[in-house]
Amino acid sequence: MWLINSSVGRKVVMSVSGLALILFLTFHACMNVVALFSRDGYNMICEFLGSNWYAVAGTVALAVLIAIHFVFAVILTLQNRKARGANRYAVSAKPDRVEWASQNMFVLGIIIVLGLVLHLYNFWFNMMFAEFANGGMAFATGLSATDGYGMMQYTFSCPVYTVLYLVWFAAIWFHLTHGFWSAMQTMGWSGKTWFNRWRCIGNIYVTLVMLCFVVVALYFAFCGSCCSATC
Amino acid sequence: MATLNSRIPEGPIAEKWTNYKAHQKLVNPKNKRKLDVIVVGTGLAGASAAASLGEMGFHVLNFCIQDSPRRAHSIAAQGGINAAKNYQNDGDSVYRLFYDTVKGGDYRAREANVYRLAEVSANIIDQCVAQGVPFAREYGGMLANRSFGGAQVSRTFYAKGQTGQQLLLGAYSSLMCQVNKGTVELYTRYEMLDVVIVEGRARGIIARNLVTGKLERFSANAVVIATGGYGNTYFLSTNAMGCNCSAAIATYRKGAVFANPSYVQIHPTCIPVHGDKQSKLTLMSESLRNDGRIWVPKKLEDAKKLQRGEIQGKDIPEEDRDYYLERRYPAFGNLVPRDVASRAAKERCDKGYGVNNTGLAVFLDFSQAIKDFGRDEIEARYGNLFDMYEEITDESPYETPMQIFPAVHYTMGGIWVDYELMTTINGLFAIGECNFSDHGANRLGASALMQGLADGYFVLPYTIQNYLADQAIWPKLPTDLPEFEEAEKNVQARIDRLFAIGGNRSVDSIHKELGHIMWEHVGMGRTKAGLEEGIKLIGELRKEFYANLRVPGTQEGVNVELEKALRLEDFLLMGQLVANDALHREESCGGHFREEHQTEEGEAKRDDENFFYVGCWEYQGTDDAKPTLSKEPLSYEIIKVQTRNYKN
Amino acid sequence: MAKNISFTIRYWKQNGPKDAGHFEERRMHDIPDDTSFLEMLDILNEELINDGKEPFVFDHDCREGICGMCSLYINGTPHGKTERGATTCQLYMRRFNDGDTITVEPWRSAAFPVIKDCMVDRSAFDKIQAAGGYTTIRTGQAQDANAILIPKDDADEAMDCATCIGCGACVAACKNGSAMLFVSSKVSQFALLPQGRVEAAKRAKAMVAKMDELGFGNCTNTRACEAVCPKSESIANIARLNREFLKAKLAD
Repeated sequence: MWLINSSVGRKVVMSVSGLALILFLTFHACMNVVALFSRDGYNMICEFLGSNWYAVAGTVALAVLIAIHFVFAVILTLQNRKARGANRYAVSAKPDRVEWASQNMFVLGIIIVLGLVLHLYNFWFNMMFAEFANGGMAFATGLSATDGYGMMQYTFSCPVYTVLYLVWFAAIWFHLTHGFWSAMQTMGWSGKTWFNRWRCIGNIYVTLVMLCFVVVALYFAFCGSCCSATC
Repeated sequence: MATLNSRIPEGPIAEKWTNYKAHQKLVNPKNKRKLDVIVVGTGLAGASAAASLGEMGFHVLNFCIQDSPRRAHSIAAQGGINAAKNYQNDGDSVYRLFYDTVKGGDYRAREANVYRLAEVSANIIDQCVAQGVPFAREYGGMLANRSFGGAQVSRTFYAKGQTGQQLLLGAYSSLMCQVNKGTVELYTRYEMLDVVIVEGRARGIIARNLVTGKLERFSANAVVIATGGYGNTYFLSTNAMGCNCSAAIATYRKGAVFANPSYVQIHPTCIPVHGDKQSKLTLMSESLRNDGRIWVPKKLEDAKKLQRGEIQGKDIPEEDRDYYLERRYPAFGNLVPRDVASRAAKERCDKGYGVNNTGLAVFLDFSQAIKDFGRDEIEARYGNLFDMYEEITDESPYETPMQIFPAVHYTMGGIWVDYELMTTINGLFAIGECNFSDHGANRLGASALMQGLADGYFVLPYTIQNYLADQAIWPKLPTDLPEFEEAEKNVQARIDRLFAIGGNRSVDSIHKELGHIMWEHVGMGRTKAGLEEGIKLIGELRKEFYANLRVPGTQEGVNVELEKALRLEDFLLMGQLVANDALHREESCGGHFREEHQTEEGEAKRDDENFFYVGCWEYQGTDDAKPTLSKEPLSYEIIKVQTRNYKN
Repeated sequence: MAKNISFTIRYWKQNGPKDAGHFEERRMHDIPDDTSFLEMLDILNEELINDGKEPFVFDHDCREGICGMCSLYINGTPHGKTERGATTCQLYMRRFNDGDTITVEPWRSAAFPVIKDCMVDRSAFDKIQAAGGYTTIRTGQAQDANAILIPKDDADEAMDCATCIGCGACVAACKNGSAMLFVSSKVSQFALLPQGRVEAAKRAKAMVAKMDELGFGNCTNTRACEAVCPKSESIANIARLNREFLKAKLAD
């Protein structure tokens, strides 16, 4: 199977799964932005996503995508380390053109996965498996499992969490600034002209998506609770 | 005395090759597989021959000293390749290319060989285009051409300034295709050190594995050497560092006759020498002479100021510049053949008009061309060459005129071969620069690539069959025959001897000294006294070599110094050969200029009455014995021999 | 005018692929800065030989930037740092300063085992080329060269791809030890020309398969290769190779 056996194939798997994950992030960002305007609207989305089978199927697909992306990243990294050989250079100079992110995708990926674990613990786990916990109420917060808005308020009221999330967002941003055009390159949809275009499009797109996340996080960190109090 | 039968086919010149092919013996397909051919060298000639022979069905063993066939020095040819295609509709034809080549070679080439070369030249372009060689093209999609020295038509095909690279990579790709198919076995980092003769036929080689250091034996039904020229005898040349004449000398020691060694081409457009640590000279493509104008100051005092670094070339006003080639040769101007251009530069510098600190440089100026065509156009034509020049000299040719000076570049002389490219040893063939046949006393620009590929693709694969046809009856020779034993023992003894010297001089230090002697005494302007002095000095240097050489390290594994020492031993012999031939040839022709034999205007004066022959040197048992001379008389059927005239 | 510089050279010694290898150091005095880097190493070797030591082994040949033989990793950059990108043999000492320490290492990659010191075995490139880097034609049977018209732009772009000298700097610079720039340049040259289209799919698959088999790494588009390529090959070639490969695989 060439998607597993060939280097280009493996990279295509990384690209397709990566692009799909970017799509998911886009959706997630849009959803979060709703929270800036309406508590009920946001909670409706949360409830909707927790209560029908295709949302569950989507969740499973998402998990599979992440697993594939991660497993392939591990395989590629191990292969690449082997290909590099046992001896390392004593002196290494990074050429100007080489982006920092491109050389550190795996490290960034690890940070992202750690962030993801935290995120799942904070939100998703509470929402999806609330019934296993104490009588339909989320674990520590005492909030209803469908009250995503409340969970955000609760989470970002803690400055440590806010900072951790911002670091996480930064890691994702770095990862995607390279990942986006790199995926296009791997899919063969690039060339001398399109290389710069994809980079530009990718940077703008990824920055917009991640800004959405950052804005929501900061909103809840600084004025989320006061707003809710007045509602 | 070796018998020199050139075996030129009967018939009118234009039909000789066709007739030959119609009547030569062929090898049937079943037998081809049983026949082994050793090809030494992977340059244009070697790679194309190995690829073509493999494709025909022979089993080929292909050797090179580098880590890959693609490194051969053909790769460095810049300007282009000639072919009589007449794509420009400027009146070119096979005859005209043939005529230009013979005339450019100062009427010292073999007519029939040159005609065949011109004849197959068109096929080369077709072949290379089919291989995917990205030649320069016009907007309509047709192939582009440029003009080159010694011709009045545009027949040179080119791929930017890297034509040799593209042609070699084309041949290399065909070669690798055959390697993949298993018809060619590749031996990289192997150096041929001797040819093995069994019952009067070349039946194998002794080669040293340059990685393990071991001597290995290989047998075959025929041996082809395509190992290039001997330019590095001069130490400083435009040849690659690894270029050597050891394979040719090994065959010479075994009885192959060496022809016209004195015909050494000095290329007019090289970057001048900058210091005594210099290891090689860099060529600036001859194509630069299409748009560049060569000049020195008219006034001696301006030259003196340039030499002291007080002024620069661009400070000298137009009226004080002496465009000496345009002045002396109005018809060809800056595009005169290489030997003429080189000597004219030397003449000016000898008179004191040199333009750099050593006084050994002339200007090649693009200011006029930039004015006429614009900087962008000039950049498109020569950008990479200009960049290379600037990287080396730290001066931009867009701003100040380039400085150039002649340097040893190509050797027209080589192992003597007949029409079939077979040497005086049965079953031993020599192709490409390694043989002597096509360029006479001087080679025209863009003709080396043509000859290498013509030999490899279109000539040898045919002619070798005429020899191999009755060889299929021979069993594969075992390599434990006494002849192989003996040859390997001799090579081993040679290596042991070099290690045993244990002196205190490095190979390079002696090689540099040889180069100095060669350049001073056997260089551009040769005299009887100078040559005799040169021969004496080389003899002394050979004694020094055997008394004072130090080869560090061991025989096992990589030992670069040992490789160089073995090659230098052969260069020392080669140097004497060049000098002896130059001394005996009491005339000036092409790349061989004897100061005693020149016209009042300083042009070369040939002596067709006494020297209208190929000078062939035969080894006499030891390096110390003077080789004997035999002559292959030249006879021209259709070209009228006359004084070369590039003036009008 | 040339000025003289003095510096310390730290060069890698390794006796065969299995040896651990180590650096040796030597102080070089008054080297004219118009000396080329390799001529400086010639001087070093001359000194070493005069001291009764074994010379430092490195690959080099044409010394005019075209054969692709020279392969030194100098101060952390393949071929050393120049503005335009050049091979080791075209690096001149004027790029260095008095008092510098210059570190010279071999290409380090699993697919390029060290033979001795800084001489490495790059025969893997030949094997990749043999897998498909050609058009299958028969000598002497080609049609007239002008029978195939090729737009100038295509021919020029193919030429740009074809200028790769196979030095291996791309692999040396790549943190993944990937040979994609080399392979893609060859594939691109043929993919851009009608003569090469016939076997384009087969070629892309065969060359990628061989590259993987020989232990080169997976390309992650870091662009380190194009930054150090002495012939300015572009990663646009890599995109083209990916395209050719995907097209071929999807058509299977």
